[in-house]
Amino acid sequence: MNCFSGKKLACIRGERNVFSDLSFSVCEGEMIVLKGPNGSGKSSLLRLMAGLLRPAKGELVWNGKSISEEPEIHNQRLHYVGHLNPIKSILTVYENINFWTELRNCPNQINYALNVFGISHLQNILGKFLSAGQIRQTNLVRLLAIPASLWLLDEPTASLDANAIKALENAIKRYRTNGGIVIASTHLNLNWGNAQILNVEEFNLRRLN
Amino acid sequence: MKLFFTIIKRDFRLYIRQGMENLTVVMFFIIVVTLFPFGIGSEFNELKNIGAGIIWVSALLAAILSLERLFQTDYEDGSLELLALQPIALEIIVLAKALVHWLTTGITLILATPILALLMNIPDEGYWVLLLSLIIGTPSLSLIGTIGAALIIGSKRGGVLLALIILPLYIPILIFGIASVKAALEGFPIESHLMILVALFMVALALCPWAGAGAIRQALDS
Repeated sequence: MNCFSGKKLACIRGERNVFSDLSFSVCEGEMIVLKGPNGSGKSSLLRLMAGLLRPAKGELVWNGKSISEEPEIHNQRLHYVGHLNPIKSILTVYENINFWTELRNCPNQINYALNVFGISHLQNILGKFLSAGQIRQTNLVRLLAIPASLWLLDEPTASLDANAIKALENAIKRYRTNGGIVIASTHLNLNWGNAQILNVEEFNLRRLN
Repeated sequence: MKLFFTIIKRDFRLYIRQGMENLTVVMFFIIVVTLFPFGIGSEFNELKNIGAGIIWVSALLAAILSLERLFQTDYEDGSLELLALQPIALEIIVLAKALVHWLTTGITLILATPILALLMNIPDEGYWVLLLSLIIGTPSLSLIGTIGAALIIGSKRGGVLLALIILPLYIPILIFGIASVKAALEGFPIESHLMILVALFMVALALCPWAGAGAIRQALDS
């Protein structure tokens, strides 16, 4: 049974203490929704979990092993969707997704994933002709095209329309019943089944002085 | 190893899709070199003596021009942080980027050199040595360039900064590149100069991927 936890994490950005003493624990099929106002550190926490940032204090543990001990194995098991959409304007939708699947060395499920988001008709369109919402969907297709045990989603619904949000909600539900772990930040109240709520603001430090 | 080629394949595809934009670097190289005869007069002997130096210096400047975007585009659209989250070492990614840079920029500069050497009136003895020194020297330019390109990630006006960081590091390659041509023109053996260029390449190959990857980690961590 896969479990992912953080123990007494602290994060310092620049000279500012973003949060400290933050702990969480999540196992197969569970989900954490990160809440908190802008600047409370939701994105920083997700970047810590992905291994892009190092915690100033504390450690992140997957099945009893610290993720900093084996960063490449941690990379292999996670998907990270940040604010930016790494979609190249001069590659087609299919080529964009295919590049990331090839790097993960896994069976090709791109067509299935495109269907789930209802954008299979776009697969031969160049990135520069996509709308903001379509670019976001193309980025999310990665989640389904490549198997992974952990999804880290930073405001995944940004610029998505109602149908696309519905598709994402369903994808998350299905992923969780198959044992996936989801950690997502959002301002919306979405229907993705029962989830732990982690309010990052509670761990913010008052500015000294 | 397969992942290494995946990255090369993708970067090559991106390069080819850019189309005409790719010619700007080699055009810059040609124009800078052709400016010199106008500046110093087309005196037969003067050009012969400094021709190799002009071509080498212009090649450095052209290489710098194309390095600025090496990691910047991937950083701006989030590809770089996602690349850092793949089961492949950042060092390998940097190496792949350097190889693509050489295949796309280094080789086009080498291909343009024969015409420019003719224009600079470089004698036959120096002609082949000039080409050889560029073939051995330009891969080092790409490798060392990755350090600078990685250090300027995220800075708004990185181009000038890149030149300030990288040009001093190019001096040894420039010295031995030109020295080999000089030696050939004066009838001295050229092997030692070319061997030193090879040695510089080996050092760059061993150190630059690590330095570049370190700089990228630093950029993503801030």
